[in-house]
Amino acid sequence: MSHLLEVKNLDVKFDTDEGRITAVENISLSVDQGEVLGIVGESGSGKSVTAKSIMKLNPGNTSYNEDAEIILDNENVLQFTSKQDLKKIRGGKVSMIFQEPMASFAPAIKIGAQMVEQLLIHKNINKEEAKSISINMLKRVGIADAEKRFNQYAFELSGGMRQRAMIAMALSTMPKLLLADEPTTALDVTIQAQVINLIKDIIKEYQMGVIFITHDLGVIAQVADHVAVMYLGSVVEKGPVNEILKNPKHPYTKGLLQALPDINNLDAPLSPIPGNIPSPLDRPTGCVFRTRCPHHNPEGKDGKIEMKLIEVETGHWVDQCGIKCGQNG
Amino acid sequence: MGDNLISVNNVSVNFDYQENFISKKQKIHAVNNINIKIKKGSFFGLVGESGSGKTTLGRAILGANKISSGNVIFHDDERDYDLTDMNKQDLKEYRKKAQLIFQDPYAALSPRMTVRDIIAEPLEVMKITNSRQETDERVRDIASKCRLNIEHLRRFPHAFSGGQRQRISIARALVSNPKFIVADESVAALDVSIQADILNLLKQLQTELNLTYLFISHDLSVVAHVCDVVAVMYLGHIVEMGPSRELFKNPKHSYTKALLSSIPSIDPEKRSEAIELKGEIPSALNPPPGCVFRTRCPNPGVDCKGGEIKMGLIEVEPGHWVDQCCAL
Repeated sequence: MSHLLEVKNLDVKFDTDEGRITAVENISLSVDQGEVLGIVGESGSGKSVTAKSIMKLNPGNTSYNEDAEIILDNENVLQFTSKQDLKKIRGGKVSMIFQEPMASFAPAIKIGAQMVEQLLIHKNINKEEAKSISINMLKRVGIADAEKRFNQYAFELSGGMRQRAMIAMALSTMPKLLLADEPTTALDVTIQAQVINLIKDIIKEYQMGVIFITHDLGVIAQVADHVAVMYLGSVVEKGPVNEILKNPKHPYTKGLLQALPDINNLDAPLSPIPGNIPSPLDRPTGCVFRTRCPHHNPEGKDGKIEMKLIEVETGHWVDQCGIKCGQNG
Repeated sequence: MGDNLISVNNVSVNFDYQENFISKKQKIHAVNNINIKIKKGSFFGLVGESGSGKTTLGRAILGANKISSGNVIFHDDERDYDLTDMNKQDLKEYRKKAQLIFQDPYAALSPRMTVRDIIAEPLEVMKITNSRQETDERVRDIASKCRLNIEHLRRFPHAFSGGQRQRISIARALVSNPKFIVADESVAALDVSIQADILNLLKQLQTELNLTYLFISHDLSVVAHVCDVVAVMYLGHIVEMGPSRELFKNPKHSYTKALLSSIPSIDPEKRSEAIELKGEIPSALNPPPGCVFRTRCPNPGVDCKGGEIKMGLIEVEPGHWVDQCCAL
């Protein structure tokens, strides 16, 4: 069976005044129906750029490499140029939930009107039908007084409620793929728990594929089936969630886990990853992590080992330089 | 007052609120009747969701918010300062001794000043040093304690990453040689690997410079790791307070329990045992009478459901205080 989404050898570069920046390099990922792929990494690791590429939402100075493919439902999204084609994916086959729902709703248009508008664009239905679909969806995501909320503006809703409305809006067109970009980061833990449970229920119910982007490994452990760990535009390790979190091989993944305060193990010291993430303008050659790697092997240090994922266990892929370094510590 | 540095006695902070100019004036009860003692050299944690009043309380302790009733005493070596009864001179002295580290290191630093000027500004404003040479010496000293390179001092903030910027903010807060630091969500905007670095730095500076912290955070795992004493706030009240290990191992209040269970576990096999709280934190404009948590409490008792039990902490174990509604 072919995958719902398959990203092959994707490079994303931005042309800026300071030069050409490599935001994403040679990424290959796949998502199946009903599956959640988590992407973790620090700020600047290229998680959001990867997701936005799937909807071709990156800004005008973006260039993709020629041999890259983003196959969604057997069509290569990167070949789409006409408005008509792009419309099919943006909000149609693919929907996105953002981190800050206040910034993603238009402030001067009622929530209901925004929901109806996108339904009218994507579905062949009339206004009344669109309204009832929207209200049902608002109810489905646990918003009380859905009819009242339908006629309100984004600022009248609390943070958790807004995020629910955002989810309802993203789901109302019944997309095949949902891109969730840090959807719970701005929320309090109790609300985060509610939203995570909601997203999990909805995935089960509608059997959609999901890319869940977050920097929080705890959230990943709770929602994802597979995980890709990104650093400076490259995937350094990917595999089933259990495997990655319990048996990490790459020193970066290990470092992230050791830096995380664990409430069940208060005696463990917090060990930061030394140094800072380098600027994408001077991306290290060879292994991108080598400038901060605590256990680098001599060859990796010189940047002579190219980045390449190798399968160490079934479905568990690790960058080849990272395998060697990971053995040292 | 022996080993306490700060005593907060029955402090409430209210704000006036008027929806529009014809509507009635209302009061927002941001912080209600808080009593805490912060020991010298301790790392005191204040946790709670947004809207729980933790920042307001932190600012009140620094004298940045007006205290509506109650008082805050700062026990210095020679004398006590009462924050609610302070003249300008005292306030100036107090500001040298109590400082704040902000959440967002991108917003907190002026983009037009060099790092040296940013760190030196408090010394100049408070007229602590007498010559440029002396100022430079203190700046260099504190910068190296905060692990900043000396050559970084000539640069502007835009050249730095989030973690480095937060170190600059810390250096600026510490340059006047304060005794008490309020760190308001100081690691919330940072990536985990950097967060660990900043937390370790705060710990290290604490012993090196004899600091006492009030650490405000919404992240319980972080608080559990660094703090000795923790107070949990909800809707302007402290609902539970105690030594951090005791409190996290043996939480008594249903809100604390719910918060702890909501932390997403790093173990994929332990999926969601979260005690799901229904709804959201009520408005501080008209908090529920009686126990403020009862509208969301997963297992309210018969009495507290009607709001008959007043808020009030009782000591269940030595040093471990719980709101009486849940303790009973």
